Amino acid sequence: MSTRTTAGPERTVAYDDLLTRYEPVLGLEVHVELGTATKMFCGCATGFGAEPNTQTCPVCLGLPGALPVVNRTAVESAIRIGLALNCGIADWCRFARKNYFYPDMPKNFQTSQYDEPIAVDGWLDVEVPPREGVDEEPFTYRVEIERAHMEEDTGKSTHVGGATGRIHGASHSLVDYNRAGIPLIEIVTKPLTGAGERAPEVARAYVAALRDLLRALDVSDVKMEQGSLRCDANVSLMPTGVERFGTRTETKNVNSLRSVERAVRYEMTRHAAVLDAGESIVQETRHWHEDTGVTTSGRPKSDADDYRYFPEPDLVPVAPTREDVERLRATLPENPAERRRRLQEEWGYSDLEMRDVVNAGAVEVIETTVAAGASPAAARKWWMGELARRAKTAGEDGGAVDLLDLGVTPAHVAELDSLVTGGRLNDSMARQTLEGVLAGEGTPTEVADARSLELVQDDGALQGAVEEVIAENPDVVEKIRGGKVQAVGALIGQVMKKMRGQADAGRARELILETLGVQG
Amino acid sequence: MSDHTTQAASAAGAADADLTRLTAVEMADRLAAGTLTSVELTQAHLDRIERLDPTVHAFLLVDAEGALATAREVDAARAAGEELPRLAGVPVAVKDIACTQGLTTTAGSRMLEDFVPPYDATIVTRLRDARMPILGKTNMDEFAMGSSTEHSAFGPTRNPWDLDRIPGGSGGGSSAAVAAYLAPLAIGSDTGGSIRQPAAVTGTVGTKPTYGAVSRYGIIALASSLDQIGPCARTVADAALLHEVIAGHDPMDSTSVDAPVPDVVGAAGTTDLAGLRVGVVREISGSDQGFQPGVQARFEEALDALRDLGAEITEVSCPHFAYAMAAYYLILPSEASSNLARYDAMRYGLRVTPDGSPSAEQVMGASRDAGFGDEVKRRIILGTYALSSGYYDAYYGQAQKVRTLIARDFEAAFDQVDVLVSPTSPTTAFRIGDKTEDPMAMYLNDIATIPANLAGVPGMSVPSGTADEDGLPTGLQVLAPAMQDQRLYAVGAALEARLRERQGGYVIEQAPEIEVRA
Repeated sequence: MSTRTTAGPERTVAYDDLLTRYEPVLGLEVHVELGTATKMFCGCATGFGAEPNTQTCPVCLGLPGALPVVNRTAVESAIRIGLALNCGIADWCRFARKNYFYPDMPKNFQTSQYDEPIAVDGWLDVEVPPREGVDEEPFTYRVEIERAHMEEDTGKSTHVGGATGRIHGASHSLVDYNRAGIPLIEIVTKPLTGAGERAPEVARAYVAALRDLLRALDVSDVKMEQGSLRCDANVSLMPTGVERFGTRTETKNVNSLRSVERAVRYEMTRHAAVLDAGESIVQETRHWHEDTGVTTSGRPKSDADDYRYFPEPDLVPVAPTREDVERLRATLPENPAERRRRLQEEWGYSDLEMRDVVNAGAVEVIETTVAAGASPAAARKWWMGELARRAKTAGEDGGAVDLLDLGVTPAHVAELDSLVTGGRLNDSMARQTLEGVLAGEGTPTEVADARSLELVQDDGALQGAVEEVIAENPDVVEKIRGGKVQAVGALIGQVMKKMRGQADAGRARELILETLGVQG
Repeated sequence: MSDHTTQAASAAGAADADLTRLTAVEMADRLAAGTLTSVELTQAHLDRIERLDPTVHAFLLVDAEGALATAREVDAARAAGEELPRLAGVPVAVKDIACTQGLTTTAGSRMLEDFVPPYDATIVTRLRDARMPILGKTNMDEFAMGSSTEHSAFGPTRNPWDLDRIPGGSGGGSSAAVAAYLAPLAIGSDTGGSIRQPAAVTGTVGTKPTYGAVSRYGIIALASSLDQIGPCARTVADAALLHEVIAGHDPMDSTSVDAPVPDVVGAAGTTDLAGLRVGVVREISGSDQGFQPGVQARFEEALDALRDLGAEITEVSCPHFAYAMAAYYLILPSEASSNLARYDAMRYGLRVTPDGSPSAEQVMGASRDAGFGDEVKRRIILGTYALSSGYYDAYYGQAQKVRTLIARDFEAAFDQVDVLVSPTSPTTAFRIGDKTEDPMAMYLNDIATIPANLAGVPGMSVPSGTADEDGLPTGLQVLAPAMQDQRLYAVGAALEARLRERQGGYVIEQAPEIEVRA
């Protein structure tokens, strides 16, 4: 058996250079760990980070005699994911056994769907952000989905004693079966062609869009760094003008969005170098190294890998009724991208404003604030202004915190806005009030009450002050009557002083001019 | 045949003989009436096991302490006036294919020689809930692959009728235990006839219920789509009581049927078969398949008896039964090759570590080589091949089509008749060693029993007498539509009653007393 070790980086060619000669074809396989309370085929807990082998039972340890029972919630999540990806849902499908020996697989077969997946033939539109200085508009790409199917995760092997933490050279291996049997959904794209130079960005945008979608569906915590969302990237190149796909490699261990883009880009440059030299790509799995930014050879993989699939005889078919599917369809959240478009229109934000809101992760908080009664403009003004500024340094160590961790709720902001629009507070009073809310002094109304912040609404008191000021400033009055209306400012200032700032300056102006019988 | 003078056996045997010769129904009645304690009854069986099992070798493990503990609890509960299940206090033996918490469970394999399950199979839980003392675990062909118990890694079981003959298989231990009065009742498992064929060759009763009628959770899998658990007993009524205990829906087994258990106990009181339509399946009726003459003769007599009881006998044809054996020996090994993959020495079971610093793969290979016997390896290889890409359609796929056709044959037959009958096994018990070198000859023992497993329908073997040429017992197989298990008990009970009338006792009572061998 040939174990090829990579001593140094392999040959690559410049990215821009390869695009003149090759067209990339991608295939993305995303594994999502579902956030169900129990495993796919048994009642064991699924929490992350428990002591090794404490979340196991006869079923997920593959003990003699144990039998699987399908997790209903996992099936429902699979159907919801399929629907959200615009897939057709099978009215009858089965699990199969994928047979191969590996110590982290307790039964030495993985119970997985094979030729009868729960969801087939869908799509997801992804938006690749414009490149600074290059594009005006974002680039939209429709990712065709081949299938989404259900399967179970394997245990987790830790190889001890080797230099790399991989099995080669290890003295022994430890297996944690807590992960064995966690429900997984595998989402497989059709070959993605025609993205050209944007292919790495499309790959990243797709995984990002999928992550947003899965989060909106509330089916997984989609944490790439914890492995609850994993992406295997299949990459091949075909010479420009050729119709037949090239030999592909499958890159694993891609644990962040950035890595998805980098790994695809790297593989493209490596493939091009191999092909340029007149050599052939070895069909194999590749291992991505985040630190060095390269992939290394994994195990050879061929289409002839024989897993001896056959229908799992210990399970009965999954047969969702039309009613089941429609009931689940009714629970689907709005597609995140469509939702953003709709909200932008409803809120009347510019593209730039909306992008800032999205980038700040403030879409939900603004939506809730607007729902609580604030105007979209006010909601944006408070959250993206004063509050965003404070959130940047509100952490214990002076670092950033989430907007919602500031202690101000969307309801508070809406209340603050209504105090301003209702005429009780002016802008500077509103800022003082917010200060009090941030200090934990209560709701905006409570803070305003406690701090006696209120524009005087009573024209009687204001009128009294106006008359006093008019009587005290005959010279200014003379100027105004003489046509220098702008001189009213001096009187307003004095009125505000008498009112200790708690008056509406605009109303004071009106009353002064009214009293003097002068047209504003 | 040995002469019957051994019935005088020993004075030591006399005491236990009285109690162990009761039927389970009689035992339950006496226990309920308070004229017998479970401790006495259980101890009588344990004494008999101690005396005779070194000769018969029906048990791989005897749990005297556990059985007596249950017996004492039952006796105390009864003394306290507690209401108890019908079979409370009646001991039972369990085939070593069912996981028993804390009791070594081997499936007849070196691979699991020291495996102590941390959990009970659902049927074991049901036996415990029924408060039945579990005497021990019975011998079987390794992973239930065989028709003679000769493939047990721990040595064969002997047929109580003739110690030089096989007790059938794979559940020879359970049938021999019941036939030798070592246990009144036993649990068996039937993948292609492993309850029915041993019942036939030991003169006992064995039922394979409808697929899904009894939970498989905790039963060491041979072929998941064929395996079914069932009762072994000396009488039809006894079998019905045990059937009732173990049957019923289990949420832990996805293939378990969620439907009421048919009234098998009521049906076991049947004495009259007026109007019942009985079909003789031409393809397995023995007339031109070279079945042993004595087997054939008892079958013909059984048909006459059924006719006397009011049944209407017709011949039906199930043309695809001819392909049952071929389909079975593709489906079974395919599923078995996958089911047995888990025995890899990583988490439990035998581990053999080759010299040097072997890889996990090498440890797996060495352990499986040492842990599995030849018949198991033969079937794993066969199944691995049949599932391989490029061969799947021709073998596994084709076999599944045949399976569908066999199920349709049953449906068509059951449109015409209420039950089907055939001889259970083509021959009486053969001699130990006779067929171990010829797998095909061994496989042919199950020619009449396999179709029921492929179609999932229930079947029973009930004694039909003894063959003239060798004096050994023969069995009648009764088959019924799925979830009509009670029909088996009706036919079995009526035939049993008729034979008792004619012969002055159950067929099993003709068995000679066992001669203890050194």
